[in-house]
Amino acid sequence: MNRDSNGYTFGFAAAMVLVVASVLAFTASSLKDLQAENVRKEKMQNILSTIGIETDREGAEKLFNTYIVEQLALRNDGSVDEAVDAFSDIKLALEIKKDANDQRFPLYVANVDAATYYIIPLRGAGLWNAIWGYIALNEDKNSIKGVVFDHQGETAGLGAEITQQWFMNRFIDEKIFNTSGELVGISVSKTNNDPNDTDKDDHEVDAISGATITGDGVSDMIIERLQHYLPYLKANHLAYNN
Amino acid sequence: MSQPKSNKKPAIFFVAKEREPLFSKKNRALLKDPLDDNNPITVQVLGICSALAITVQLKPAVVMTLSVIAVMAASNVIVSILRNAIPNRIRIIVQLVVVASMVILVDQVLRAYAYDVSKQLSIFIGLIITNCIVMGRLEAFALGNGVWKSFLDGVGNAAGYGFMLIAVAFFRELLGSGKLYGYQVIPDALYEMGYENNGLMLLSPMALITLGLIIWAQRARNRKLIEKN
Repeated sequence: MNRDSNGYTFGFAAAMVLVVASVLAFTASSLKDLQAENVRKEKMQNILSTIGIETDREGAEKLFNTYIVEQLALRNDGSVDEAVDAFSDIKLALEIKKDANDQRFPLYVANVDAATYYIIPLRGAGLWNAIWGYIALNEDKNSIKGVVFDHQGETAGLGAEITQQWFMNRFIDEKIFNTSGELVGISVSKTNNDPNDTDKDDHEVDAISGATITGDGVSDMIIERLQHYLPYLKANHLAYNN
Repeated sequence: MSQPKSNKKPAIFFVAKEREPLFSKKNRALLKDPLDDNNPITVQVLGICSALAITVQLKPAVVMTLSVIAVMAASNVIVSILRNAIPNRIRIIVQLVVVASMVILVDQVLRAYAYDVSKQLSIFIGLIITNCIVMGRLEAFALGNGVWKSFLDGVGNAAGYGFMLIAVAFFRELLGSGKLYGYQVIPDALYEMGYENNGLMLLSPMALITLGLIIWAQRARNRKLIEKN
């Protein structure tokens, strides 16, 4: 057979594509369940880490069921939609594209040693791709217990640093409401003149050099997501502890 | 259409002449050479980019090594099996497709069975595709050699690459974080005496410098590698 003829070349390419496509499709679908399980447990792990509970993936499910006492799917007006399961029914990536009134906003209520925490999932855009995370509020629904961030494709060493513990620690004890009770969120700021984040009432954390757009994405996603929870947060008694 | 000048090579995959033992001297050289005399990183200076990127800690370096061994061995074997069937004009594309599918397989398997590691390696698994060593061995070796030899060549070169990766990671993790494979090895007492981890070791430039020192040490020991000019 002439290996240099056009017919052979096209034939070979077509056959190759068919074989490769079926092998990859087969692998992807047979590993799908295992992968989804990993992602599910990681989500639990992330949620737990915002309230200071560190666990490996295997232990995540048990601790999650112990500490997370309520999983609510809120409407935009703050009421609870009982028909929706907050953990598994809401895919935030798809949800945030909908109109605010059609969205359901997941909220996890945790109870650790008699203290209550409210954990709100976040999702927004970084520089290259999606960023997401969780923010846990203390019982006053104002100060932050902890945050966790993750990203799809931010630059390693720059934007990707938002996933580092030292960056996430900066958010602890910051307040999302200002003294007059307005929701201001937390800004990742390049000008806050507070590199060690000792001022916990300025609603700002120190930015990462070289990660301006990712940092802005973090600020935007916090305020954008939190505003939808305003009715819920306000409805259940709000303390401005300042 | 005129037939191209007939080079009458019979299209038989395995020519059974006198049988060469599986680990003949030549075959062992295929495995051994890339570890030292013909190391892809220190001698051929290929695959440097990933050597810089994933050598902060030992664990990802080890997993990367295993992944590259798997990808290279498998794609070398596949290309070698197909070497008499691959149309010459699209051979690079075919090689690319083979490597890319292998990489996707590895990525999928890691995501299912070693999720944390796959997160840590993130884009670098995908970047195995662009690792010059892989394509280089396919083009230079697998296209012209038998299956078993290609397999050995793939394993050898990937191991040579991984060996350097692990060596660099060893020093970077030890001096940069005071740990090995995630376990602390530098005793607390030393820290109390004022010892500090060298943060610079965690940054990419030190990978290059470590690599340079390794190249130096290797050439001091193995003098035939020294270029004459």
